[in-house]
Amino acid sequence: MTTITDQPKSQFRLSMLLYDTRYRSATIQVIAMLAFMLLAAWLISNTAQNLAALGKPIDFGFFGERSGYDINQRLLEYTSNDSHLRASFIGLLNTLVVAVLGCATATVIGIFVGVLRLSNNWLVAKVMTVYVEMFRNVPVLLWIVFTMAILIETLPSPSAFRGETPEASMNLFGSVAVTNRGIYVPEPLFSRGLGNIHLFGDSSLRFDVSLDLIAILVVLGASIWAAIAVRRRADRIQEATGTRPTTWYLTLGLIVIPTLILLVVLGFYLGLPELKGFNFSGGTHLRNSLIALWLALSLYTAAFIAEIVRAGILAISHGQTEAASALGLRSNRIMSLVILPQALRVIVPPLISQYLNLTKNSSLAIAVGYMDITGTLGGITLNQTGRELECILLLMLIYLIISLSISAVMNWYNESVKLKER
Amino acid sequence: MKKTVFIGALTVAGLAAGAAAAGTMDDVKTRGKLNCGVTTGLVGFAAPDASGEWKGFDVAVCRAVAAAVLGDPAAVEFVPTTGKTRFTALASGEVDLLARNTTWTFSRDVDLKFTFTGVNYYDGQGFMVPKELGVSSAKDLDGATVCIQTGTTTELNLADFFRANNISYEPVPIETNAEAQQQYLAGACDVYTTDASGLAATRATFENPADHVLLPEIISKEPLGPLVRHGDDEWADIVRWTLYALVAAEEMGISSANVEELSKGTNNPEINRILGTEGNLGEMFGLDAEWAKRAIMAGGNYGEVFATNIGENTPIGLARGLNAQWKDGGLQYAPPFR
Repeated sequence: MTTITDQPKSQFRLSMLLYDTRYRSATIQVIAMLAFMLLAAWLISNTAQNLAALGKPIDFGFFGERSGYDINQRLLEYTSNDSHLRASFIGLLNTLVVAVLGCATATVIGIFVGVLRLSNNWLVAKVMTVYVEMFRNVPVLLWIVFTMAILIETLPSPSAFRGETPEASMNLFGSVAVTNRGIYVPEPLFSRGLGNIHLFGDSSLRFDVSLDLIAILVVLGASIWAAIAVRRRADRIQEATGTRPTTWYLTLGLIVIPTLILLVVLGFYLGLPELKGFNFSGGTHLRNSLIALWLALSLYTAAFIAEIVRAGILAISHGQTEAASALGLRSNRIMSLVILPQALRVIVPPLISQYLNLTKNSSLAIAVGYMDITGTLGGITLNQTGRELECILLLMLIYLIISLSISAVMNWYNESVKLKER
Repeated sequence: MKKTVFIGALTVAGLAAGAAAAGTMDDVKTRGKLNCGVTTGLVGFAAPDASGEWKGFDVAVCRAVAAAVLGDPAAVEFVPTTGKTRFTALASGEVDLLARNTTWTFSRDVDLKFTFTGVNYYDGQGFMVPKELGVSSAKDLDGATVCIQTGTTTELNLADFFRANNISYEPVPIETNAEAQQQYLAGACDVYTTDASGLAATRATFENPADHVLLPEIISKEPLGPLVRHGDDEWADIVRWTLYALVAAEEMGISSANVEELSKGTNNPEINRILGTEGNLGEMFGLDAEWAKRAIMAGGNYGEVFATNIGENTPIGLARGLNAQWKDGGLQYAPPFR
């Protein structure tokens, strides 16, 4: 007699959640997520409850109030009668200015140093090594404060330019004044200017766009477009006949002459800084807080970028260099035509995080009294209104948006330079 | 949908589980130390001396409160705060008491939820300039570069003053008094502005104090005083009346020299009430009878504290002025101890 045993019917029991490998990982994940949500909910409710107990519920109404403080560096007009929102906007622009200037300068210095660190010249390579190690291994805050201290202590104050026999004099035919309050450079002015367009009416985000600047950019753009057309034509003639027509004077004329004519029409002249009262007036004032921050951030970040560039170049097989030199390319052309384009795809991804670092490090600006978004929204506004949580949350959001935008742009650039696989 | 309900339930549970905070005085007593917020260093008001011990006019308030509550003027943990960090430090409970040349204003009292417990120094904002500039009035400062500590009321007063007088200036925001001093001495700014007492204290530390002048204009009222968090009135009372005990002691002629003798009993009932030989004032706010005696012994009465830290015989050399006793034409006036 045979007994037929049924296949044991798979029956779900609660213990299987823990002992059955099919369910175990899901169980653990669910528990972990519940615990995490519990923690987050506790933090949020705790904050809300404590704020309510303090009588300070979250409220962004303070943004419309009069700020009452002045900001020395402002790209747009701003007075102490404007709102906190306007002050934050001015601060945001200052952050963006130093971030853009810093990223550009750091990239140039970084590539330069990174390439030179691989130089066959012993002295040059060692000097670059010393630079990289010095800047990379000292906190950036110290570099910022140090740069500022040098600017303040070593440069002459405006009073040194005064008197019959001044101790200091202006440079470049009396057009640039280098003082310990910053550098005063000539500013472009137009006697027959076209005026400005006001954008956004009377709101806190209002700003003026100079029509003169737009006109110059349009003319310059058109000239460059024409110059490219001339080059394309030269290319075609070269392909057809084998000889390339001389075009440099055409290109030069196309770019320079229309712009010059426009400048004359607009009545362009330079506004020179001159000593008036306590300070220089006229000209553009590059404050030493901006210079110190810009310089320190660029030099610091450039040291990291130099290492990234060096790593990128070393990642390219030496055979490429040998092959290129076998084709008769000179060494600087090997670098710019063969090595760097290939190295870029190794360089760009870590470069993104250096740009993000520089932007975030710019929040140390208050150490030298540069009024960036941290100094305005996260500093004076926070202090005068006492809205810590609102200000800090908003500040975090703003930095997040800036950083994500930089990432997006750089990722797009990375897509365009990475190895195309077909 | 289910998730939302779940989170909602959690939030409600979290709200219900909120623990009630104990009183500041109990916290201080359990800790055995008073956390007192002071400046990062302003000679005369609060600065560590050569041996690292904090000294100064504001420090004396901290020590008096520590002596009254804990019985030991040395049981103070000094927390240096900048103009920017001070309110967060107090609101978050990092310090129990803020004695940091802080101006009593409506919005700080009401909107920032603090309680000012009196005024230990009546001040006003002034300007300091190098003598060689030849400036005699703040109204001549058109176009000047002005160093200013950021996050203070002086910043707002400055903006208002220049606006009202229709003259321009270039503000240089600075985080601490020491940095301001460096920039001012290097000529990176023409003018340094802060409370007149702070200017005098800063000038006293210069190599050649005589090369710098304080301009005659006082552009604001700056009643400086210690402050605590809103909502703990008992603690506010202790700080308030400790300060008044020092002021009243000067008025009654109680000093650190004779407090021991007077506490054996006198014919003046108010002195007896302050020193605890009569009545039970200390008991009323949870301290013992000798609280005020210890506070006075910590650094002397108000006049003594003033004279040793910022008075005319110190390098800072401030006159009593508005800070004289009301009987001498000043504003220092303690309500009756009764």
